[in-house]
Amino acid sequence: MIVFLSHLINGLSLGSVYAIIALGYTMVYGIAKMLNFAHGDVIMVGGYISYILMFNLGMPWWVALLAAMLVCTLLGVLIEGFAYRPLRAAPSLAVLITAIGVSYLLQNSALLIWKSNPKSYPSIIEGSLMLIKGETASDSLSVTYISLMTVGACVIIMVGLTLFTSNTKMGKAMRACSEDKGAAQLMGINVNKTISVTFAIGSALAAVAGVLMCSSYPTLSPTTGSMPGIKAFTAAVFGGIGSIPGAFLGGLLIGLIESFAKAYVSTQLANTIVFAVLIIVLLIRPAGLLGKYVPEKV
Amino acid sequence: MKVFEKGKMVPVPSTSIIPERDLGKPPVLECVHLGIEFGGLKAVDDFNLTVGKTEIAGLIGPNGAGKTTVFNLLTKVYTPTHGTIMLDGHDTTGKSTVQISKMGIARTFQNIRLFNNMTVEENVRVGLHNRIKYSTAEGIFRLPRFWTHEKEFHERAMELLSIFDMQDMANIKAGNLPYGAQRRLEIVRALATNPKLLLLDEPAAGMNPNETAELMENIVKIRDSFKIAVLLIEHDMKLVMGICEGICVLNFGRIIAKGTAEEIQNNPEVIKAYLGNNSMEE
Ligand SMILES: Nc1ncnc2c1ncn2[C@@H]1O[C@H](COP(=O)(O)OP(=O)(O)O)[C@@H](O)[C@H]1O
Ligand SMILES: [Mg+2]
Repeated sequence: MIVFLSHLINGLSLGSVYAIIALGYTMVYGIAKMLNFAHGDVIMVGGYISYILMFNLGMPWWVALLAAMLVCTLLGVLIEGFAYRPLRAAPSLAVLITAIGVSYLLQNSALLIWKSNPKSYPSIIEGSLMLIKGETASDSLSVTYISLMTVGACVIIMVGLTLFTSNTKMGKAMRACSEDKGAAQLMGINVNKTISVTFAIGSALAAVAGVLMCSSYPTLSPTTGSMPGIKAFTAAVFGGIGSIPGAFLGGLLIGLIESFAKAYVSTQLANTIVFAVLIIVLLIRPAGLLGKYVPEKV
Repeated sequence: MKVFEKGKMVPVPSTSIIPERDLGKPPVLECVHLGIEFGGLKAVDDFNLTVGKTEIAGLIGPNGAGKTTVFNLLTKVYTPTHGTIMLDGHDTTGKSTVQISKMGIARTFQNIRLFNNMTVEENVRVGLHNRIKYSTAEGIFRLPRFWTHEKEFHERAMELLSIFDMQDMANIKAGNLPYGAQRRLEIVRALATNPKLLLLDEPAAGMNPNETAELMENIVKIRDSFKIAVLLIEHDMKLVMGICEGICVLNFGRIIAKGTAEEIQNNPEVIKAYLGNNSMEE
């Protein structure tokens, strides 16, 4: 039981990181209708920026977090403006290839600047909360503060984004753009600005995910963002790409599946199981758990 | 069916026709030598048109004549390669689609483009988008200003929907509406942006004769109550001849005739252009 609960906590914490990343994927997909494969690498940049500020410059963690969010926001807006905006009318394959190019650009720039040897990233908050105190260590259940913070951040972000998209002018513009950019523009909605803001939000979230993830899984290298990026993308598709609650649910489920698969099946097979579940779900529900299947208009 | 009083046509020197009541007022729209080429093909060429402040004008012509392209030029979906467009006395050169919307042109589409996953009311409220004045924080935390404004938008949306008696459809998904209602909703959504000039691209397409008759009345009602100009593309000659005060005929991207309904119907060029095309009968 204790073991099960501890895997559950791990799964929720890991899933929350995936969910925060997946929210970025899903918002960009929902509004710009493109897969921003460089999203995972923005996480890595957020990790390095916060690392430098905290451990090289001795700033408090929250300053580092805010700075990482700021840098990633700018980075996201720049990537969108320079790499994706000129391709707004191009076939989606061209955009996808560009996104892969941007991903490699970020990874290789990081390799040049920060070198290939991984950095050890100490958690921004140490310590843990004892939930069940047993005789021995294996009888006790505790949860690290960073796990609590990760899950909490994920819930706050999810609620905040939901309120943002339904109750604000920009949020409403996003909704209109996600359905028909041309018609939205003719209603006086600035599509370019809306897409920029979407990238800004997604990238700021990637920075948060970067700091939280590196705190829990403390290795930071130029490729740190790739695997979580792919898993979060999986989570977004799993939940229904374009859907904010879908990204949240998908992220948590992928985290839980991975955690339990590692614990009860095999560490090597965990990723295989995650992707196998994705395939099965997509066979049954092609639009993902909460996605709406919209047949292509002829 | 009710027959509408047509404004008496008064030709003015620029070969344009605007109703008498609009004379002495600046026209809402002036196109001068407007044109666009697509890889050498002149889809619209030397298009000159003046629309009076409260005129209902018609743009007709065979399929592929360039009518929708004119709308795309007016709304800057396409950037003109030639000529100028003056809207209410302001040059629109270099303006974006969004700026044009704010300057006062709204349109509907030949292939309906509603936000299908939104409700009818939500669609209208997208048209009201630029009147949202509450801040992001007021929205997220649902502060009093958010509620008062949202209530105002709801009331305004309902008021606009009442033009077509569509209030009771407010909560239906736009995509689930019958075809005619979708066309009407597009007009309401366009009106929500508070235009000076309303462009309607084949508003009666797919409507039955009763719906078309009602639409004619409503277009006139909209012009009268909003005091705006309407430029419409339509194949239904009963509608065009019935309510349009000035009619412009386009063929192969060029204007072949301009005038009142009577003038157009008796114009040999027009009859020739429509030969073999039975849509000219009244
Ligand atoms: N984006 C475009 N690229 C190339 N040709 C175009 C484009 N838009 C319109 N055309 C051409 O312009 C001509 C007029 O089209 P359109 O304005 O849609 O006609 P209609 O009078 O039926 O509305 C057609 O021959 C069409 O092929
Ligand atoms: Mg057309």
